[in-house]
Amino acid sequence: MADHHHPHPSRADDPEPTTHHQVMGLALRELLIEKGIYTADDERARIEMLEAASPANGARIVARAWTDPAFKARLLTDPNPAIEALGLDPFNAIHVVENTETVHNVIVCTLCSCYPRQLLGPQPAWYKARAYRARVVREPRQVLAEFGTHVPDDVVVRVHDSTAELRYMVLPRRPAGTEGWDEAALAALVTRDSLIGVTVPTMP
Amino acid sequence: MTARFAVGDRVRIADRTPPAHQRTPAYVKGQAGVVVYLCGAEGQPESLGHGGDGTPPMDVYRVRLAQTDLWPDYRGSRGDTLDVEIFEHWLDPAER
Repeated sequence: MADHHHPHPSRADDPEPTTHHQVMGLALRELLIEKGIYTADDERARIEMLEAASPANGARIVARAWTDPAFKARLLTDPNPAIEALGLDPFNAIHVVENTETVHNVIVCTLCSCYPRQLLGPQPAWYKARAYRARVVREPRQVLAEFGTHVPDDVVVRVHDSTAELRYMVLPRRPAGTEGWDEAALAALVTRDSLIGVTVPTMP
Repeated sequence: MTARFAVGDRVRIADRTPPAHQRTPAYVKGQAGVVVYLCGAEGQPESLGHGGDGTPPMDVYRVRLAQTDLWPDYRGSRGDTLDVEIFEHWLDPAER
């Protein structure tokens, strides 16, 4: 690398200085453990559970709804017991919104980044970004188009701003040509983004 | 506690900015829409956000707003809507 002349300083060994809020967070955690409110192992188990949650859970729910009309009816009217019956723990109150021939749903949290994390795993970085949060409520069709989702003019776009305690999940439409498919094959079509509503499941 | 509003009621979201934590986004303040879903009662964020206990709990509603009301220059279909969860103490009855 004889041509590599331009100088650049090496990166500092230490990270950025710890902020006030980080110090407060660490102090609170130490106090809670010291006072026996919870143990470090409880915390580890909780993090493990959160990281183990993935969009595969949502895909399972959707595939069941596509193949079992009674389950779908329960999922849309009283979702938590229906989801728990599949052995999943939604933690928050869930609200499932159904895409139909006439309605396309998309989820956002403009105030922060509320998301059914315990069910679907961590939210994608773009979901937390200000650009998505500000734009999807103002120009949803343009944002959807950037995800490759072109919603016809005669289909209503319904944006859901998750501002309180409910956590939202989209029930996408079952792709045509999947008649007779089993649940596992159907679940493989359901992506994280289609559960948020920025894309729709398609045939491979 | 009985919910003050029912599905189908037309309501207006208060246009105010209390000096406290709140869960009412600025862009929907002053807008009128229709109640589409009763979410149940929750602790008041203005109290919970400042060490209070949030009591009394307030009913929360999903209010459906027309995008063309929210944004005068909205580029989309006339039927496009936005649903937002709003606490009862932020809502007043609105004219049809």
